[in-house]
Amino acid sequence: MDGAAMLAELRARFGSDVVETHEHRGDHTAVVTREALRRVLAWCRDEPSLAFEMLTDLTAVDYVKYPGRQDGPRFEVVYHLYSLTHNHRLRLKVRVDEDDALVPTAVDLWPIADWFEREVWDMFGVRFAGHPDLRRLLMYEEFVGHPLRKDYPIDRRQPLIGPAS
Amino acid sequence: MAQTTQREFMLGEGSGTGSGSQNLRVGVGPAHPAMHGIIRITTELDGEVIVKADVEIGYLHRAFEKDCEEGGYNNAIPFTDRLNYVSPLINNFGYCAAVEKLLGIGVTERCKYIRVIMSEISRICDHLTCIGASAMELGAFTVFLYMIKAREFLWELVEDVTGARLTISYGRVGGVKADLPDGFAERTAKAFKETREVLDEVHRLLTGNRIFMDRMIGVGALSREETIAYAITGPLLRAAGVPYDVRRAQPYDVYDRLEFEIPTQKDGDNYSRYLVRMAEMEQSMRIVEQALAMVPGGPINVDFEGRPVDPAWYVDRGKQGKTEGLLLVPITLSPNLLGSERPAHERINAHDKRVVLPPKETTYGSIEGLMNHFMLIMEGNGIRPPRGEAYVAVEGANGELGFYVVSDGTDRPYRVRCRPPCLPPMAALHRMIEGEMVADLIPTFGSVNMIGGELDR
Repeated sequence: MDGAAMLAELRARFGSDVVETHEHRGDHTAVVTREALRRVLAWCRDEPSLAFEMLTDLTAVDYVKYPGRQDGPRFEVVYHLYSLTHNHRLRLKVRVDEDDALVPTAVDLWPIADWFEREVWDMFGVRFAGHPDLRRLLMYEEFVGHPLRKDYPIDRRQPLIGPAS
Repeated sequence: MAQTTQREFMLGEGSGTGSGSQNLRVGVGPAHPAMHGIIRITTELDGEVIVKADVEIGYLHRAFEKDCEEGGYNNAIPFTDRLNYVSPLINNFGYCAAVEKLLGIGVTERCKYIRVIMSEISRICDHLTCIGASAMELGAFTVFLYMIKAREFLWELVEDVTGARLTISYGRVGGVKADLPDGFAERTAKAFKETREVLDEVHRLLTGNRIFMDRMIGVGALSREETIAYAITGPLLRAAGVPYDVRRAQPYDVYDRLEFEIPTQKDGDNYSRYLVRMAEMEQSMRIVEQALAMVPGGPINVDFEGRPVDPAWYVDRGKQGKTEGLLLVPITLSPNLLGSERPAHERINAHDKRVVLPPKETTYGSIEGLMNHFMLIMEGNGIRPPRGEAYVAVEGANGELGFYVVSDGTDRPYRVRCRPPCLPPMAALHRMIEGEMVADLIPTFGSVNMIGGELDR
């Protein structure tokens, strides 16, 4: 199935839960609602004509300083799917607000989501509902804030930690 | 401590109170001699068997993604060198390809071939390091020395082309820094001859070696289904029997014109991973040899007349406004710019003045060149891809290396996400080592080929 057909199929099946679809430079993207996210992900994985066996990447983008998007939902959680069977890719996104930054987990669909979701929580402060062990992945537990948020200054110092001297 | 209690504790048999048994918690790392890379694995042992393992990463986090947002598009290239520092060229080209996709430009034919050649040489270096280091941790120090010797020959080639050995910063958005030097094909042939001899020796030392096989076969295995579910790519996936390779599945540059095989094994254990990596090195050499034979362009500067001048003199003339005829004067540029003179520059870089810096002769020799240079370098100008996003995957030495770049239309990337190929296997490492002996942790960790720079970014 080519990208445009995939997006059409998604729109037909999930109706108003697909907020937006677009194609840019050959990459096909669908933005879905948070409520439908798990259904869409599970369908993408299990539908034989899509067969996305791999969650290649899961990340987030903070749109708080993006021109024209300052007032919209702050975060976008981005899923890159790849199908070994059909050799095609799809990008799914879900938008969440800062004060309600909670996305359902995908750990039970793809175990790799475990670490990817921990990284997104660590870097952006987006929580994943149902994640078995949502610890920070790259930063240490005592770290304050979420460094990839646009309002986290690059030169902020954090107190040194270590064994008490 | 009572005699029985002490005995139970020492042997890890009891709870320390004389009742039942207890597991022993052993932390390996973050700085452990057998861990090449800073990582902490907390294991729970029942005797010698690992019952549970928890992998903790992040010790080498240097805010790669945050740093990329702070400068122009080309400013991120030195940072990408430091992702997988054993094969930095592939990172360079992957990032450049993502920005080029965002801009909607292509690169020249010769540049595509150069990228393929340099990527494959890097891949061989990476596999040599991985196998050498894992063999060393199993006691085969000779193999490590042989492999590093071979890597040295290849790094000399890299140094010839890029001017550096490790932090090469050779890729540019829209091209590469410099052309291949004279005599590169001959030197490559010589280096490959040496490398093949080393690989042959290593084959004889390891492939049928009883100790090596006992330590590797059936150890650290991951089923095909689980490998896919963990999104593991590269040699580990191919060792589990899935012939997925970005170079073949979604060819970029000129991989669709080159003949090569994708070696696979079916067991998914450490030994299969070793065999896949050994076979891939030979395929990479095949690719380089074909690409060198096909690379278009031919020699440059052969029919160039006039006397070469010193760059300082040239710049002075330009500053004084004496630019008449300067564009026609051949110039001996300083050694670190070797291969980026104007004729070479035009062959290796895209002809898009909005993206590619002009050659130095043009910058210093004409007002248009100077303005072009300024427009790309000055703060607030520079490369400005239209708003949008792009994901590009290339085949890194450890698997699919992806770059997801979001542009807001300014001269700085809004977001750069690197999809590190060795993060998924590290996330699955606990699945590979649980139920194995504690000594098997070492070869399994070696076969994953963790590179701290790209894992922690």
